[in-house]
Amino acid sequence: MSAQIQTNNARRGRVQRTLMVAVALSYVAVLLLAPLAGITYYGLKSGLGPIGDTFRQSDIQHAFYLTFVIMLVTVAVNTVFGVIVALVLTRDHFPGKRLVSALVDLPLAVSPVIVGLMAVLLFGRGGWFESFFAAQGIQVIFALPSMILVTIFISIPFVIREVVPVLEELGTEEEQAAWTLGASKLQTFFRVTLPNIRWGLLYGIALSAARAIGEVGAVLIVSGSIQGQTETATLYILRAFDQYQEQQGYIVALTLALFSIVLLIGIETFKRKSTREVR
Amino acid sequence: MAGSIDVRGLTKSFGTFQAVQDVSFSAAEGTITALLGPSGSGKSTVLRMIAGLEQPDSGSVWVSGEELTDASVQDRRLGFVFQHYALFRHMTVRRNVAFGLSVRRVDKSAQRERVDELLELVGLAPFAHRYPDQLSGGQRQRVALARALAPRPQVLLLDEPFGALDARVRQELRDWLDDLHRELGVTSLFVTHDQEEALELANEVVVMNHGKVEQVGEADQIYNQPATPFVAAFVGSSNVLRGTVWERHVHFGRSAVAGAHSIPDGREAVAYIRPHDIEITTAPGEMSFPIAVERRTDMGWMAKLHLRLEDGQPLVAQLPNEEIQGVGPGQRLHANLRNPKVFSDDRVHTASAADGEPAPGDDRDEDADDQAEGSELASARPA
Repeated sequence: MSAQIQTNNARRGRVQRTLMVAVALSYVAVLLLAPLAGITYYGLKSGLGPIGDTFRQSDIQHAFYLTFVIMLVTVAVNTVFGVIVALVLTRDHFPGKRLVSALVDLPLAVSPVIVGLMAVLLFGRGGWFESFFAAQGIQVIFALPSMILVTIFISIPFVIREVVPVLEELGTEEEQAAWTLGASKLQTFFRVTLPNIRWGLLYGIALSAARAIGEVGAVLIVSGSIQGQTETATLYILRAFDQYQEQQGYIVALTLALFSIVLLIGIETFKRKSTREVR
Repeated sequence: MAGSIDVRGLTKSFGTFQAVQDVSFSAAEGTITALLGPSGSGKSTVLRMIAGLEQPDSGSVWVSGEELTDASVQDRRLGFVFQHYALFRHMTVRRNVAFGLSVRRVDKSAQRERVDELLELVGLAPFAHRYPDQLSGGQRQRVALARALAPRPQVLLLDEPFGALDARVRQELRDWLDDLHRELGVTSLFVTHDQEEALELANEVVVMNHGKVEQVGEADQIYNQPATPFVAAFVGSSNVLRGTVWERHVHFGRSAVAGAHSIPDGREAVAYIRPHDIEITTAPGEMSFPIAVERRTDMGWMAKLHLRLEDGQPLVAQLPNEEIQGVGPGQRLHANLRNPKVFSDDRVHTASAADGEPAPGDDRDEDADDQAEGSELASARPA
């Protein structure tokens, strides 16, 4: 009798678990895999010919080039300054530290479109800094500098947010040990601190890169989206759909998606290594 | 002078907390000195100021006759061993030990030679290619020691070197460090809250409490001639007996002990008596106390006797079994109290009045077990 109840309970437990897994899987499938499959299908529908044609188009080549340049500069700047900010936030004490720590997350909370607008207000016609840069003969708005600037702003938090907890976990004893052994602050950073935070840092870099590639809103506003000049890959996709060139749009989108997937796999690897690192 | 340590008037506070007040002592070349004190006594802060990891508010640090107070950590060239090893976790044992040599750009072959020598010395040559997390606690501490010794420091500073280890490994490592010191003769200063460790290893002991030095002296001096009530209570275990002074004796009811030399008549005083300084006799002697035996606990070769004086004060004696055969609860016997350490009552109060919270930032996580050891006896904090 009681054995009967037990098997019933066990069966019910199994059914519930199967149901949960099914819900989770279909959620992921509908929201993530279906669009990906869609892009892949439409991108490859007419064979490989259109792909070659697409990549021979000079405005598309330029768009990829721009996206790549923006990503590189953004990642470089945010890596260097992100590590510095993370070190200051974990190792130093100063008034207003908590405020700075909170401000770091601001770009996550503010819509990229608003970020773009802020940049226009600062550097656009009649903006605070417009006359200064105009006098130097530097075109900021509707040009590469502003596009890089907003992308940097938007991806500020990633490196900092990944490195801070690793630094906190690491503590300062190893660094102090290095000093007592005669290592300068710089030697200590490169030989002790950096190797200990490397996986967390790489994870942060990968996230920044993915964010920089995918950015549309802010860049759309500050760039003016001038074809062959200030048009990034994502902006090209927007135009392609406006101008009924869906085929090319899908191909560019698929390329970006593939790049992001490679990054994601990289991120996952880093993440696993960095959680193993923090023991 | 090479390798001597001189500390003069070191003072340091963290915010409103006075961690170290006017601490002075010196350690001669080639000796082992212990900085002994309870948690929050400022002993680790003193060590960190000598190493340059903490900057004193005032006072000075001298090593080998050279003032280092304003020198950077790197320039001091002192070896430092951390309680939690602080090994570089991404480096092998070999690279950990070589670190101090490679940052100073020592020639590669000289590095290899020195590292081999040290790995041999600490008995870890077979583990050279392991990572710290593949070693036991005792092995890690030996790597930390080898790493600190590699650049041939003038002085070795050890912060609770055995604090994070279990009792057996701790004893092993203590003996090993003693041997190592005999072999190398490098001047060593170590921080500990374990009085046994201090008495066993050190030539000289600096006892600290509440940021101040209570006493500096050789181990047996600290134990047998404590300068303050704190030292009498903290170092070794003691019975605490309160009485009134009359003609240089402290009186408890009808009995008295000597030793109250400079305390005026009529003053309250406290006598500290070691559990092994009590002799049990059946017949009354010239200076003996009538006592009642309340409990007996056998502990192998010796036994613990819980006694009570006539005036009701408890007393614990620890004696070899053979000396107290047949002694048991309910008996009325006599006790001779040897070597009492007597302090005027007001000094005891000033010594214990400041008992407060452990200091922030000092001795963060030492285990209280060692202090509790024998506290059953000592409870040396007169209310």
